[in-house]
Amino acid sequence: MIYLDNAATTKTAPEVVEAMLPYFTENYGNPSTIYSLGSGAKKAVNQARRTIAAAIGAKQEEIYFTAGGSESDNWALKCAAEAYETKGKHIITTKIEHHAILHTCEYLEKKGFEVTYLGVDKDGLVDLEELKAAIRPDTILISVMFANNEIGTIEPIAEIGAIAREHGILFHTDAVQAFGQIPINVDELNVDMLSASGHKLNGPKGVGFLYIRSGLKLRSLIHGGAQERNRRAGTENVPGIVGLEAATTRALRIMEEKTAKETELRNYLIERIEKEIPYCRLNGHRTKRLPGNVNFSFLFIEGESVLIMLDMKGICASSGSACTSGSLDPSHVLLAIGLKHEEAHGSLRMTLSEENTKEELDFVVDNLKEIVQKLRNMSPLYEDFIKKNQSRK
Amino acid sequence: MYSEKVMDHFQNPRNVGEIENASGVGTVGNAKCGDIMRMFLDIDENGIIRDVKFKTFGCGAAVATSSMATELVKGKTIREAMQVTNKAVMEALDGLPPVKVHCSLLAEEAIHAALWDYAEKNHIVIEGLKKPKSDIHEGEEEEEY
Repeated sequence: MIYLDNAATTKTAPEVVEAMLPYFTENYGNPSTIYSLGSGAKKAVNQARRTIAAAIGAKQEEIYFTAGGSESDNWALKCAAEAYETKGKHIITTKIEHHAILHTCEYLEKKGFEVTYLGVDKDGLVDLEELKAAIRPDTILISVMFANNEIGTIEPIAEIGAIAREHGILFHTDAVQAFGQIPINVDELNVDMLSASGHKLNGPKGVGFLYIRSGLKLRSLIHGGAQERNRRAGTENVPGIVGLEAATTRALRIMEEKTAKETELRNYLIERIEKEIPYCRLNGHRTKRLPGNVNFSFLFIEGESVLIMLDMKGICASSGSACTSGSLDPSHVLLAIGLKHEEAHGSLRMTLSEENTKEELDFVVDNLKEIVQKLRNMSPLYEDFIKKNQSRK
Repeated sequence: MYSEKVMDHFQNPRNVGEIENASGVGTVGNAKCGDIMRMFLDIDENGIIRDVKFKTFGCGAAVATSSMATELVKGKTIREAMQVTNKAVMEALDGLPPVKVHCSLLAEEAIHAALWDYAEKNHIVIEGLKKPKSDIHEGEEEEEY
């Protein structure tokens, strides 16, 4: 099997599993109890908090463990909106956010908040002038993702942070795709809240964190017990949190090497596809791009068909086509960068890890060439295109 | 997600291609929703469908339903072809996931659209046949690649 869907999820690293196991079998105590079994678990949670805080240049009391990226996004937006609604009811975000942000914004709109959805250019970058123009006296929050999950474009977070700070507006970033992949420092970037998830960096699923800058008056999203300094109820997912710590430690240790290897593989894959498969388009920015992300649209064909044929060759990838989204609409991200519907339907995302090899990518491109040609041969859109070209000659 | 039959018809689609000077050609669907089917019919003077070919832009289910629809109408009379409903196509494929049922409707529409074209060319009326919805390319601007 060749796994090229690391933006969906990653393989849990063996050292992560190893770190987690004792917290299922031996140190299974509840961190809120007073006997030593419980306090051992509490110690592990706090150690994890220190490690993760250090990884983004934060203080340990600014890290709150959650059940993952979606919870962190919900918490940041809903509770910031609630906390600052007396100041104003206007929020700025982008059209290419993850649904955890977009659907939360839609919810807030129903609750009487106004949301501005910034457009992006053809590469998926937010326009800073458009952002500045969107700011109003009643703007209380800006939320822009660190890096896009579909097209891999890395947003100008430092510049956005500076603009937000200058205007005294809270700045949240969904860093689910970026944390553990690229260096992040919340102070340098002027980020006030940051969401991250464990399973995108070879950690476990079902665990993540929200960074909340000290001084922010953010209430709880999950009410109940006094865990996480009274801000996030529920018995701590101790094995998950320990796993998230181990994954973070590993990610920081290998980041430089991993980035170099993935970037080389990524560029090789892009180059071969562009050279050998006609009528394709690279989606996302060519250089301001996550090291492992490759996203192409292949004209005249549909993405799900490509995915099934790749799967039959043992290759796992994903697509922004409607058929893979469960609705009739293709990816909102691909439409936001200006793709026509049929171009968005024909998209293929391949997200690499440092464990992939050139040989694997050669196998992928060799098969992809055949698959694309086979599907084009049965496509009425391709037939029309060829006939139109012939009649012009 | 798909039945073995759907996978078989997707991997080895029957009757892919075009028929030159076809008796009837029908294209249905649109790029917006992600499925376009084109059906070519070769109908002899006795009203028998001698040959049928298709081309489809779409997902696995769209290809498989097109392929199965061609199998079901090949060698049949026009009257028999009119009985090939989306339900018949789905049953022949051992079912489709609920979100893919519209693909089988498209296959039925494609046959009807090709028959409509045949009827118009030959100035005849086929009982029970309605004018197809011609939403392909509707509202889409001319495209340059």
